[in-house]
Amino acid sequence: MHPAFSVIFLTTLIGAAQGLFLALFVTQWFATVGLIAPQDSVQFYAMGNVVVLVLLGLGLFASFFHLGRPERAWRSATRWRTSWLSREVIVLPALMGFSFIHGAMHLLGWDAVLWTTAGGVSFTLSLLVGALGALTALALFISTGMIYACIKFLQEWASPLTVVNFTVLGIASGFTLATAFAAAVSPELVHPFGISAIAFTALGLVTRVAALIRNKRLKHKSSLQTAIGVRHTHIQQKAQGAMGGSFNTREFFHGKSDAVVKTVLWTFLLLTFPVPMLLVWIGMTAEAFGVLALAFAVQYLGLVCERWFFFAQANHPQNLYYQTI
Amino acid sequence: MTQLALVIDLNVCVGCHACVTSCKEWNTSGAAGPMSDDRPYGKDPTGTFFNRVQTFEIGQFPNTETVHFPKSCLHCEDAPCVPVCPTGASHKRELDGIVLVDYDKCIGCKYCSWACPYGARELDEHQKVMKKCTLCVDRIYDEALPERERKPACVMACPTSARLYGDVHDPDSEVSVAIRERGGYALMPEWGTKPANHYLPRQKAHVRIHEDELVRADNPLKKERKKPMPDKDSPSLDDVTSW
Repeated sequence: MHPAFSVIFLTTLIGAAQGLFLALFVTQWFATVGLIAPQDSVQFYAMGNVVVLVLLGLGLFASFFHLGRPERAWRSATRWRTSWLSREVIVLPALMGFSFIHGAMHLLGWDAVLWTTAGGVSFTLSLLVGALGALTALALFISTGMIYACIKFLQEWASPLTVVNFTVLGIASGFTLATAFAAAVSPELVHPFGISAIAFTALGLVTRVAALIRNKRLKHKSSLQTAIGVRHTHIQQKAQGAMGGSFNTREFFHGKSDAVVKTVLWTFLLLTFPVPMLLVWIGMTAEAFGVLALAFAVQYLGLVCERWFFFAQANHPQNLYYQTI
Repeated sequence: MTQLALVIDLNVCVGCHACVTSCKEWNTSGAAGPMSDDRPYGKDPTGTFFNRVQTFEIGQFPNTETVHFPKSCLHCEDAPCVPVCPTGASHKRELDGIVLVDYDKCIGCKYCSWACPYGARELDEHQKVMKKCTLCVDRIYDEALPERERKPACVMACPTSARLYGDVHDPDSEVSVAIRERGGYALMPEWGTKPANHYLPRQKAHVRIHEDELVRADNPLKKERKKPMPDKDSPSLDDVTSW
């Protein structure tokens, strides 16, 4: 497929935002049950949600560049019963809403105790909003992943690993960002966030490599024989029905050489996984904001390459009619 | 339920592109609106077409056959482009099974084109909406036209009658009979899209190939074999005749 940078930026930016929101929610949950000390409402939660909203907003902004008719984008929320794209269009603003409310409640100090257990643990309204937001963030990972995984004849995508990778890589980059964020506002959280970021990045390495191995061993179901319905081992295309290019020749092929694709593959394997893990480790032990911010920047760059490769690797059966598959 | 469709006879298609040009002409001036056509005489012409004829060579020389292969939207019975559309612009009509795009609802996200394994959809570069074969829906129901002309433009234009049109759910229709009796098949059956359009296979005609038909017996231009030339060292005409 032809990788569109609007979609690459959309999926990577919102992935990091969802991961960061989950980090905020998990922190509040752990603080509520007394595993860690409570965090400052304004400094940590309100500021954290501002970062989440900025990333989600940038992602949403990028997504409009993928549309031919962005002025009609509101229509895309109407088919949530069948279309995963429609579901994503609903869930993304919903997460923005929960993040906004969660941040505003902490900023303005509007909170109420909903329920207190016998042990004296108080569950508050903002924790409930955070929980709903966290569920929405997970639903958004599933929606984004399923947009690609549900197209069964794009066999490189049609696998549960697609959804798993969108989720794990999003959470990994979100926790790397959370580590850098904690270094700036809440130093005692650098270690737990840093260790989580390294763990999720390592998990992402396992699941992404699993997807790469799966795709390498993939046998395409469609062939030129099934595409034109002629059972012969020697079929050669002589004319594609148009002298120049067309939508079909531009939209379904990345147009880069094998060497470029291979370079992107090794770049993303390096920049998404080992380099940020090392930088997080260094930044975590030294509690250096700069190194941790660099870790997130490098991992984000790696994820942009990862998403580019994800699109470029998918081989659409329509290419059989244009002999590039 | 009616399911209108085209049945294309690969046995008689000669690849003349009359269906392509008539489709472009009819639909550019029809309900689909102008279909972009950029740099038609330039170095890299591009444009929107609902129908294209591709050519494949099957077999190895000298036993080859050329198949001209017209391809447009197959109006799948289980169309994968419909459920993925986030706006409902891409839809399949209950009335006659034609898959259409509502150009006023389409946001041009291209998702339906990804979801079509046949590459039947093209984004109009000027209107920025997805376009595809409508089976000339504005023509086949036009009561201002004489009854016999209420057919898709490509069917009307085909000089060899390679394109049949009708209801594939009606067992007595011309298309159903052709599919049944001449082994009509669907493209990429492995994906379960159940295309309504079918193709009739080529019927094998035996050709006896003689060796002297492959290499021209008189060979006036020495095309197949170069004329033997004398060595550089062997005497030339001058060497022999000069004294």
